[in-house]
Amino acid sequence: MHYEAPIREPLINGDKSYHDITVDVAAPVESKAPRSWWIVFSLALIAFLWGIGCILYTIGVGIGTWGLNKTVGWAWDITNFVWWVGIGHAGTLISAVLLLFRQKWRMSINRSAEAMTIFSVIQAALFPGIHMGRIWLAYFVFPIPNQFGSLWVNFNSPLLWDVFAISTYFSVSVVFWYVGLIPDFAMIRDRAVRPVTKHIYKILSFGWGGKAKHWQRFEEVSLVLAGLATPLVLSVHTIVSMDFATSVIPGWHTTIFPPYFVAGAIFSGFAMVNTLLIIVRKVFKMEDYITLGHIEMMNIIIMLTGSIVGVAYITELFIAWYSGVEYEQYAFLNRATGPYWWAYWSMMTCNVFSPQFMWFKKLRTSLIFSFVISIVVNIGMWFERFVIIVTSLHRDYLPSSWTKFSPSFVDIGIFIGTIGFFFVLFLLYARSFPVIAQAELKTILKSSGENYKKLHDKDGH
Amino acid sequence: MFEFTGKLKNLSIILMLIGVISVAGSFMFNGGGHHEEGGHGEEAHTEHAKEGHHEETGHDEAHASHDPNAHYYETPIERDYHKTSSRATPDNNHFDVTNGASTLTDEQIHHQIGNKPWANLLVNTFFFLAIGLGAMFFMAVQYAAQAGWTVVVLRVMEAMASFMWVPMIVMLILIVTGMGHVGGNHLWHWMAEGIMDPTSPHYDSIIAGKEGYLNNPFYLGRTVVYFIGWVGAAFMLRKMSIGMETTNDTAAQWKKMRNFSAGFLVFFAVTSSMMAWDYIMSIDTHWFSTLFGWYIFAGMFVTALTVLTLIVLYLKNKGYMPEVNHSHIQDLGKFMFAFSVFWTYLWFSQFMLIWYSNIPEEVTYYMARWGEYKGLFLTMVALNFVFPILILMSRDSKRNYGFLITAGAIMLIGHWLDVFILITPGSVGGQWSIGLTHIGTFLGFAGLFIFVVFKALAKAPLMPTKHPMYVESKHHHI
Repeated sequence: MHYEAPIREPLINGDKSYHDITVDVAAPVESKAPRSWWIVFSLALIAFLWGIGCILYTIGVGIGTWGLNKTVGWAWDITNFVWWVGIGHAGTLISAVLLLFRQKWRMSINRSAEAMTIFSVIQAALFPGIHMGRIWLAYFVFPIPNQFGSLWVNFNSPLLWDVFAISTYFSVSVVFWYVGLIPDFAMIRDRAVRPVTKHIYKILSFGWGGKAKHWQRFEEVSLVLAGLATPLVLSVHTIVSMDFATSVIPGWHTTIFPPYFVAGAIFSGFAMVNTLLIIVRKVFKMEDYITLGHIEMMNIIIMLTGSIVGVAYITELFIAWYSGVEYEQYAFLNRATGPYWWAYWSMMTCNVFSPQFMWFKKLRTSLIFSFVISIVVNIGMWFERFVIIVTSLHRDYLPSSWTKFSPSFVDIGIFIGTIGFFFVLFLLYARSFPVIAQAELKTILKSSGENYKKLHDKDGH
Repeated sequence: MFEFTGKLKNLSIILMLIGVISVAGSFMFNGGGHHEEGGHGEEAHTEHAKEGHHEETGHDEAHASHDPNAHYYETPIERDYHKTSSRATPDNNHFDVTNGASTLTDEQIHHQIGNKPWANLLVNTFFFLAIGLGAMFFMAVQYAAQAGWTVVVLRVMEAMASFMWVPMIVMLILIVTGMGHVGGNHLWHWMAEGIMDPTSPHYDSIIAGKEGYLNNPFYLGRTVVYFIGWVGAAFMLRKMSIGMETTNDTAAQWKKMRNFSAGFLVFFAVTSSMMAWDYIMSIDTHWFSTLFGWYIFAGMFVTALTVLTLIVLYLKNKGYMPEVNHSHIQDLGKFMFAFSVFWTYLWFSQFMLIWYSNIPEEVTYYMARWGEYKGLFLTMVALNFVFPILILMSRDSKRNYGFLITAGAIMLIGHWLDVFILITPGSVGGQWSIGLTHIGTFLGFAGLFIFVVFKALAKAPLMPTKHPMYVESKHHHI
């Protein structure tokens, strides 16, 4: 059996048996939603509906309803797109990359993180769609043979690579997530009392019987999917960064973008996981599974990736000076001291300075502080994309066309709408899906559970 | 306890002698220094002049026939690169960037020939520094990330990290001789006399703009800081690790080491990028790339992981370290595989973005490499990407020593070539060659490495048995 050093902290607290885990994980699915859930759900739904209204208005009238102008041709739309795609990185990172690194603490957070990934990629995918203007021609982004003459997609464009990268990533993430859910759906099916519920979960669990052969195939497919998902998770934000970096615009064209975007995506994704799970563990009373140790680990990853992003910011600044190219130099000077200085310094404060508090154990094990920082980081990462996109564009090579950007109510409405949509999906998920991968978690109970660790100590091995 | 046998010691001394002879020979016969002006230098000189003339004719023809390729390469470069100088376009760049007409002056060719032995030394110095620094980084990560499985190979990492002072001393010599213009050392173009002086004929406005970072005192000071930081951290971490064997409170000691390692990683994050700019990027003084530091880091890390694996396999082969099982070996192989792919990712990102944007002040870097170094350049990428992918993908091959050693040897050659292609085009230009002196110098450094590393290995028990994760590591099974 796997041996674990006694010095490691337990990953499951309390005196838990296998049955306790089943009961605790199934509880939210089997109970009625409390009033607070309905309140939050209604708010999210209202925001979502408002967003739908703004989207319909955009499609009906055109993207002239947004605040874009001839100098700043990309602003909130792509900022929101990149922000959501970035958030959609943590799930697969936790389930695939941390699986490859054998980080067992991932087991009680991967399910929700993956759900978050899928829901945020859905939000991201909305933006290129509605930005097209003529959304009924959206299928033109796929290289499908057509009868309209020699129309064909531009394979040289990173925007097209984005279509491939994100759709592949989304498909693999959904499959990966679903495969993991099968044994857990079966668990809920087996416990269900009402015939309708039983029937629904019966269909969802694909006739899972828990036989040795089932488990063997389950493990095999999980490993293959993890192997596939790892390069995919890196490729997605790499290609998103290339939307900018392949251009010749100072502030966009810089070679560090691919790895730096990936680090930033992990950073924002973990912040969002922290935001969601700090609430989930409290509301669903899952403090024994999503322990303070888990929050601490995620805070450390936030600190690490925040610092990597910080090194990248400073490298960009330094190299802009070092290059001797006046346009590069001005682009960065303008970022830090131009009309959008407040956006730049918000980004710096939120993304580089605030995670440094996590060096202190006291702070990174404080729930309230972690929650606040996770929100701050998400704001900071939104500003990062805004800074990259708008401040690089608003003062171009021709000073007579220098201008600023101000969002219209439609820009703001669509953004709020996607936040609403995201929470609608997540709230529905939280009440109908097992939010912890209980089948997987049970495999570490005897090596990492608190009670078993105590037993090991007593027996002296 | 590992024993540093007389046989191995003799081997390392012989290798060091080969290295000394090669370095000495390279300075005496390779056209280095000023005493060789009449011989080899003159010859290459004439050859070059001839070549230049020939290509000029070809160049005119190309224009006449409107060869699309010639147009693509030459027109923008001639216009933007040599005639205008308002942007980051060099006035007196010291390597030839055009595929066609040569614009090198006699003095520049002289510099290039004089640089050959120095460039050879720098390539090998950097390559071996990377092994030590990469191992130090990996070791610090083990503590900071609370990794358990690597405990049985920690001593090897410690020994590798203890080698860093040797290449750092050579580096200091290279820097000081470069600053003093000793023996034709013109590795770092920005150190040239008068290059930042507006009244000098050598004046280069772009390089002068970098004076705040590229100046002798700051540069030397940075190297001293790296030296103290890296070598000191390696010494401290090893001392604490050996101290763990005698201390009563291993958990507290381990925690202390964890904090120390986290601190080192912060220092490393900054210095590894700066070191890459200092030692390598500033050779192509005009050129810049934000990714450069991380790219160098990736290559450094793969090299160190490969050497770590090879040393572990050697020790196992000699009957040491029975605690290291197939799972450990497979995991080391996984790291070699994964970070080869990571290296390729960064290589591709930098190359593709610069190729795609095709901005003159950036693309010159790859034009130089695509021109006179094309075969070597493509071979290097193939060795560092295709081979690890093909050989190390499967689980079985990562558990097969033969496969691992083959892959490791190929990757070491590949990453040595990578360092060569990073350094040589900017310092030696078209005058490059790879020959016995390079191999000899490499063997000399290898001898030094074996001597220092294996001597360090013999000083402490191979297994840190008091490490709190030692038992977990011994039972490592995947």
